[in-house]
Amino acid sequence: MALIQFTDKGLYCAEGNFYIDPWQPVDKAVITHAHSDHARWGSKSYLCHTFTKPLLQQRLGDNNYETLDWGQAVLINGVKVSLHPAGHIIGSSQIRVEHNGEVWVVSGDYKTENDGISGEFEPVKCNTFITESTFGLPIYNWKKQADIFIDIQNWIKDCFEKNTNGVIIAYSLGKAQRIIAPIAEVTSNIHAHGAVWNIFQTLKNTGFNFPDIKRIEIDAPKEKYKNAVIIAPPSAEASLWMRRFTPFEVGVCSGWMQVRGNVRRRNIDAGFALSDHADWNGLLQAIEATGASKVFVTHGFQSAFSRYLNEKGIEAAEVKTEFGNDEEASEELKIES
Amino acid sequence: MDEILTYGEDVNEAPMQVGGMSLFAELIMSLGTSTKINDKLEALSNYFSVAGDKDKVWMIAIFSGRRPRRSVSAALLQLWCLELVNLPQWLFAECYLTVGDLAETISLLIPPEIMAPKEEQSLHYYIEQLIAIDKQSEEVKKQFVIDAWRQMNQQERFVFNKLITGNFRIGVSQQLMVNALSKVTELPAATVAHRISGNWDPVMTTFSALLHESNTDDSKPYPFYLAYAIEGEPAELGAPDEWQAEWKWDGIRGQIIRRNNELFVWSRGEELITEKFPEYHFLKDKLPDGIVMDGEIISGRQSDEGFLVLPFANLQTRIGRKNISKKQLQEAPVIFIAYDLLEYNHEDRREKTMQERRTQLEQIVAALHSSTVFLSPLIQFNSWAELATTRETARLINSEGVMLKRKSSIYQVGRKRGDWWKWKIDPLTIDAVMIYAQKGSGRRSNLYTDYTFAVKDGDKLVPFTKAYSGLTDKEFGEVDYFVKRNSLEKFGPVRTVKPELVFEIAFEGIAASNRHKSGVALRFPRISRWRKDKKPDEINTLEDLKQMLEQYGK
Repeated sequence: MALIQFTDKGLYCAEGNFYIDPWQPVDKAVITHAHSDHARWGSKSYLCHTFTKPLLQQRLGDNNYETLDWGQAVLINGVKVSLHPAGHIIGSSQIRVEHNGEVWVVSGDYKTENDGISGEFEPVKCNTFITESTFGLPIYNWKKQADIFIDIQNWIKDCFEKNTNGVIIAYSLGKAQRIIAPIAEVTSNIHAHGAVWNIFQTLKNTGFNFPDIKRIEIDAPKEKYKNAVIIAPPSAEASLWMRRFTPFEVGVCSGWMQVRGNVRRRNIDAGFALSDHADWNGLLQAIEATGASKVFVTHGFQSAFSRYLNEKGIEAAEVKTEFGNDEEASEELKIES
Repeated sequence: MDEILTYGEDVNEAPMQVGGMSLFAELIMSLGTSTKINDKLEALSNYFSVAGDKDKVWMIAIFSGRRPRRSVSAALLQLWCLELVNLPQWLFAECYLTVGDLAETISLLIPPEIMAPKEEQSLHYYIEQLIAIDKQSEEVKKQFVIDAWRQMNQQERFVFNKLITGNFRIGVSQQLMVNALSKVTELPAATVAHRISGNWDPVMTTFSALLHESNTDDSKPYPFYLAYAIEGEPAELGAPDEWQAEWKWDGIRGQIIRRNNELFVWSRGEELITEKFPEYHFLKDKLPDGIVMDGEIISGRQSDEGFLVLPFANLQTRIGRKNISKKQLQEAPVIFIAYDLLEYNHEDRREKTMQERRTQLEQIVAALHSSTVFLSPLIQFNSWAELATTRETARLINSEGVMLKRKSSIYQVGRKRGDWWKWKIDPLTIDAVMIYAQKGSGRRSNLYTDYTFAVKDGDKLVPFTKAYSGLTDKEFGEVDYFVKRNSLEKFGPVRTVKPELVFEIAFEGIAASNRHKSGVALRFPRISRWRKDKKPDEINTLEDLKQMLEQYGK
């Protein structure tokens, strides 16, 4: 029997009797990261990284949580489980599962470029690797983070020169934390949507340091926002809530901004192809580095990506999961009108 | 043809043109993403103030449909790109479907690492080189294209590829470019529009010559005056006797020009189509000199009541063909319905009122005694209600509805509100189920937005039309979501979709067609609404379509 099976509740390790990122309530869930499509409500106990726990508490409330640090191993019913940095967001981890000398690694979501806050992606040797493929086409190759930050900073300066506010659409958990430091190099007049502000607050309480941002109050006077940067989640884009910042321009941080059509469709002023997922070369390098003889490809361009791997001589198969509904992965399916 | 300039070759010549291709690429990018008309106008005006003279000329040429003919095929571009990046063809196809644009796909696939130190070149250098390699061997073409790719960043590569492959669909109308030129040159927009129209060769002309008042040639058409669809009720337009009503025809808008014993026929797309319509050639001898008529090129023939209009499908057999056979001339005869007179006796008449222009036009057309050129008949009416009743009969004479023109209106430039209105009849509709979906392109890239619809024929489904428009972005998002979860194939362009979603399809006309399985071809099909209240077994049948063909398709 395979060490990890694909069941209708999620990825299941029968030997250890635990699930990884299950999408239905189970007894024991091992969680890669705190995004809602990977960490769901209702399980009896959760095992996750130390940094992930406060985020889960904020989202799922009090539960039976156990934590591990990266590299630290625990035995679950005789199966050795350890977490390793995935570089996706703060706390995000790959799950290494070992039993009778066979090793499987579940990537969760990951990116290979070190963003300076999420921990650097660690290639983990394994027999079988379960990888995401959100951006698994060769048209997706990211510019270096530092260069994108310069683009964002220049755009903010342009906004200020035109006397408009700059609204940056960024995912509340992940992208918002990445861009805050470069924004703070341009201005200290930074405001955040409540959803974004809450995540910052949780992370600050955990001991992370971030530049100061102000929470946007419901009835704040309009004059308050002048030459300001506003960080808002995608759900706020094109909403009435945004009107209070008029005049403003909208810039979106998302890997989907790599393609012009996506920028134009959303009727935004600027798109920055900044992603928390690995690009094409990142995926290929990560897979190569695992040395895995078998690869399962989940959420994203899994058909194309697994076919390409097979043609390259890496045995691969696609797997249907219910991942890929986090803010970034599901974004192309959701068009705000 | 320009040679590549190297440093120090000629001390009097500037070795590089500042801005060049990268300036043009930046312009295209900012036009493509800016959401405000004023920002676009600003970007264009700025370009016209700083770009090199020849680059400006090419910029105008490209945005007014004067692109040089394609010297490298899309297939070759794709092949060279694949060689360069070493990817399988099927994966390129997947990428293309996601991006929705060949030029952009290639620009994204070529990695930045192969960029060589860059020699900045101008826009006109690249375009004129592309013209120069047209007759060269494939090897020469390949070398030129690959070298260009290597020297460019992603944005420039995209724009360069666009120069080769086709249309710049970037949300900039010719009108907007005219307005920017008007701002920079301080000439009225109508003057600019006229000067950049007609026959001119971007290779031979300069920016100042193009916009100079001496720039007139005999073929030059006037910019067309276009109408918007009427908003609200015609009664709101005021007294009926201030208005003139004509039938609206479904043909090709055109201008017929006779100057200095030469005849020119222009389409609204600013294409010179004189040769395609031998039916009009007699006008060279019959029309007085110095005349420009505006009207509709229509498939039709003379009849007892004047003329008879045939379906647009007939006209389609005449378009896009270089040589017209005798058979085609017989099977798809063409007439001209004249409705305006823009020049008379070599004099621009556009500032005269509609009524004055019409009176003069009536005399000219009457004097022709022609079986090919007809005057657009006026519809007599005393009240808006009476006109509304007459309008209902439009489909019986293959008309699309009614045109309303204020009798005192001058002939304006471009699409304007106020004096001219289209008042079309309601479209025909049919309920159908979606059976195939394809991804769109441009701003719909990576979204399933192009659908094929079917009607019932017993227990079979018969595809009968495609439609690409009519849903809101939000609805397209919902359908896309459905397609991605309810389709058979994983690869390739077309998804066979579970026949579940029912839509009402609206169209302007129906004609028999042996090219389609269903036996019918629709005119301007689009989705009029999503019938979430209907199940697939409640859709219309092939029999219903055939009845419509019987009733309206003659």
